[in-house]
Amino acid sequence: MATSSRLNAKIPEGPLQDKWTKYRSSVPLVNPSNKRRLEVIVVGTGLAGASAAATLAELGYKVKAFCFQDSPRRAHSIAAQGGINAAKNYQNDGDSIYRLFYDTVKGGDYRSREANVYRLAEVSGSIIDQCVAQGVPFAREYGGLLSNRSFGGVQVQRTFYAAGQTGQQLLLGAYSALERQVGMGTVQMYTRHEMLDVVVIDGKCQGVIVRNLVTGEIERHAGHAVLLCSGGYGNVFYLSTNAMGCNVTAAWKAHKRGAFFGNPCFTQIHPTCIPVSSEHQSKLTLMSESLRNDGRIWVPKKKDDTRNPSQILEEERDYYLERRYPAFGNLVPRDIASRAAKERCDAGYGVGPSKMAVYLDYSSAIERYGRAEANKNNIHSPTDEQVRALGKAVVKEKYGNLFDMYKQITGEDPYEVPMRIYPAVHYTMGGLWVDYNLMTTVPGLYALGEANFSDHGANRLGASALMQGLADGYFVIPYTIGSYLANEIRTGAIATSHPAFEKTEQEVKDRIEKLLTINGHTSPEQFHRRLGHIMWNKCGMARNEQGLREAIEEIRTLRQEFWQDVRVMGTANEYNPELDKASRVADFLELGELMCLDALDRNESCGGHFREEYQTEEGEALRDDENYMYVSAWEYHNDSQWELHKEDLEYDNIKIAQRSYK
Amino acid sequence: MHLTLKVWRQKNNDSEGRFETYELDGISSDMSFLEMFDVLNEKLIAENKEPVAFDHDCREGICGMCSMYINGRPHGPLQGVATCQLHMRSFNDGDTIVVEPWRAVAFPVIKDLVVSRTAFDRIVASGGFVSVNTGNAQDANSLPVPKEAADHAFMAAACIGCGACVAACKNSSAMLFVSAKISQLALLPQGQAERKIRAEKMVAQMDTEGFGACTNTGACSAECPKEISMENIARMNREYLGAKLTSSAV
Ligand SMILES: Cc1cc2nc3c(=O)[nH]c(=O)nc-3n(C[C@H](O)[C@H](O)[C@H](O)COP(=O)(O)OP(=O)(O)OC[C@H]3O[C@@H](n4cnc5c(N)ncnc54)[C@H](O)[C@@H]3O)c2cc1C
Ligand code: SF4
Ligand code: FES
Repeated sequence: MATSSRLNAKIPEGPLQDKWTKYRSSVPLVNPSNKRRLEVIVVGTGLAGASAAATLAELGYKVKAFCFQDSPRRAHSIAAQGGINAAKNYQNDGDSIYRLFYDTVKGGDYRSREANVYRLAEVSGSIIDQCVAQGVPFAREYGGLLSNRSFGGVQVQRTFYAAGQTGQQLLLGAYSALERQVGMGTVQMYTRHEMLDVVVIDGKCQGVIVRNLVTGEIERHAGHAVLLCSGGYGNVFYLSTNAMGCNVTAAWKAHKRGAFFGNPCFTQIHPTCIPVSSEHQSKLTLMSESLRNDGRIWVPKKKDDTRNPSQILEEERDYYLERRYPAFGNLVPRDIASRAAKERCDAGYGVGPSKMAVYLDYSSAIERYGRAEANKNNIHSPTDEQVRALGKAVVKEKYGNLFDMYKQITGEDPYEVPMRIYPAVHYTMGGLWVDYNLMTTVPGLYALGEANFSDHGANRLGASALMQGLADGYFVIPYTIGSYLANEIRTGAIATSHPAFEKTEQEVKDRIEKLLTINGHTSPEQFHRRLGHIMWNKCGMARNEQGLREAIEEIRTLRQEFWQDVRVMGTANEYNPELDKASRVADFLELGELMCLDALDRNESCGGHFREEYQTEEGEALRDDENYMYVSAWEYHNDSQWELHKEDLEYDNIKIAQRSYK
Repeated sequence: MHLTLKVWRQKNNDSEGRFETYELDGISSDMSFLEMFDVLNEKLIAENKEPVAFDHDCREGICGMCSMYINGRPHGPLQGVATCQLHMRSFNDGDTIVVEPWRAVAFPVIKDLVVSRTAFDRIVASGGFVSVNTGNAQDANSLPVPKEAADHAFMAAACIGCGACVAACKNSSAMLFVSAKISQLALLPQGQAERKIRAEKMVAQMDTEGFGACTNTGACSAECPKEISMENIARMNREYLGAKLTSSAV
């Protein structure tokens, strides 16, 4: 194998440990007076976008930022619960930059790029410093120092957190940095604006076409560089833990204008979510992975056991993760935990009305914490009731908001009965292909955060997405963008009257017009649901060749039907959420096909990509390093026509092994 | 269950609004309130009628986007939850439910139940931050923060910026929202350097935006989905007075 000549990852020379340091001291700089004349467009103001926009403005660039919500503070990052990793080694438990790097590459099942991951680990510590300085109220110990917790797939405590609201607190930090720049006039913020295309002039990305969602007006914005920080595309499955508005449109439009799409089939299915309860369900709710720290996962040993969980005795329970993976137990990585749950449920051991659920049980944790508290408070021979009360208080402090959320949704009290959970679509490791500079295959067009494919390989470890989003925005792009913009100083102001703007704007308008005039019978929502069904059943937790081939056909048919039968109410010149939705669903209908194509190409199982044909006798993923140790980067040619380019992955600093958590 | 919905419909901020009545069948008690609205909208689309516009995104009570005024209460009858976390089990078969947008001068209606809350962003932009550029920070553990201060700051920082406090207040005051941010930063050592100027600027911006005065009724905190405490308002008043007393600004 050899990397396609169309892909140059631009990884700096030299030993792994020195690459970033050397890069930073040799990257071309842009002097302050020139920065003022360079405009940067940032699409998306979640963790990646808000941190990038704020930092670039601090450096002196002129920044325009866009988001489709009514405020940058509402980006989907706000919903992240469990925490953010950093190799601080505050716990003195053997953590290091190398160990975080190693865990991430291994956790990603050896499908990510060494140099990017190492850089991520290197800057992780600075993220925590920056956030604390902004006033992010991380959890602390009584001594006033920062507290850490464990997360799946690792054996050190390196996760920083703010109860179950870590994403909220980090985003509010980045948002306040962003608003500070807005207040100073260095960032122009456009809320309720949706990017609908990128504008490419002479091979370089120099602007975007956006729709003002309130008035419906189509606007042109020019920039010397465009940063897509538009999040992940998990909503292609319809049901996911993502916010309702998450979509692929920004990345997809960029893809159709020349940006290659990396590893589209790599999807993370999160093991601990509240199961689907009815067909009206609009989204799924995550129960943070941090719950697996203290909770124990089990199903009855007997098939179709419908007894109340409290009546099922200890020896009648199968703690299947502890049984199968004694070394990591309930803390195995997500892909493994999810598949194990599916395996038990498919085999008939599932619980709850749908039988598609397993128990996440806190009774032993409550007991254990209760005894410890009693000891601490010098309560000798406490009653069972006292122990439970003390234990519950500890659990409440750690996970209270998650328990409350569970109760609101299900009507059951998780302090008293075990939670029922099942895997759900959560995160997309795939995304726009980027080089070491985070630039896509279109010069001047960058992708940050969940929107790019870069750091997590075939499976992301918990608490690493927040780390990556903030690393990209605060500490990577502010340097790497210089290497491109230093050469753009002479470009001068870019006129939005350029024919490329005109043409792209017209295409956007035509498409909107088309959506509004089909006047069919079926709502965008129903198409979305049907697409989700296909994706979940045939390109979800387990995939096989036949299913994927069928899915491709079904998606094509569905897409045709969409363009003949969709009914989009309202007009183009007003606030029209139905139109927004239709336009997003149309893009999902194209992406879904590419995901299946990618899954079909990859004749191996790795991380979240599980091809039923490729498994070990024990049902573990069977990688094929000889033939598939590459990033797939898809180039769009035409409807249903893509060309695959491969980037070879080289591991010089890590010994590749079968991933084992036994 | 069967429901009668009276929903505020308004084309945009320039037009008059009115209530429309809709009958809805087949609602299950496990549905969330917003899923019930999804059902209503699908029904309207099938009848070739325009669906109701409403704000929502995370549907798990954290983004602060959802904002329905239900039977005279922001976010509906349950304490401590946002609209999206309300489930139909909180209602009964045959109920009539009245749904309106947030009503406040500073929150103009965009369409139906959707209002603009950008005034909140401008208040934050006026001073709701610590001025620390990326790269300025020292090691995170070089600044110990007493756990109690950290916990209180966290409780204030839990505000989701939904605006229910404003909608609940007869004066449309934004004091609870503003005080939550001021408190968070006033409680932490990182916030000290700009403590006074922050209070002054944020309060000034709040007034500019057209939010009303606070008369300490407490409706805001009672309706707040994150149960942000009235203590924050008291703290903010102290901060503001302290700042004014020593202010060099006129
Ligand atoms: C429920 C949940 C819990 C999670 N918990 C954790 C956790 O504990 N730890 C962890 O590390 N990770 C967690 N994750 C993952 C993590 O939250 C996300 O991967 C990360 O926040 C993504 O950040 P982002 O900045 O890339 O994108 P987002 O936060 O999704 O932001 C996307 C931005 O792009 C804008 N946008 C998108 N399209 C357009 C367009 N066309 N035009 C204009 N604007 C657009 C949006 O308005 C938004 O501002 C969790 C994810 C979920 C779903
Ligand atoms: S204080 Fe409460 S009601 Fe007001 S914006 Fe914050 S969360 Fe909403
Ligand atoms: S939709 Fe996010 S808080 Fe309700």
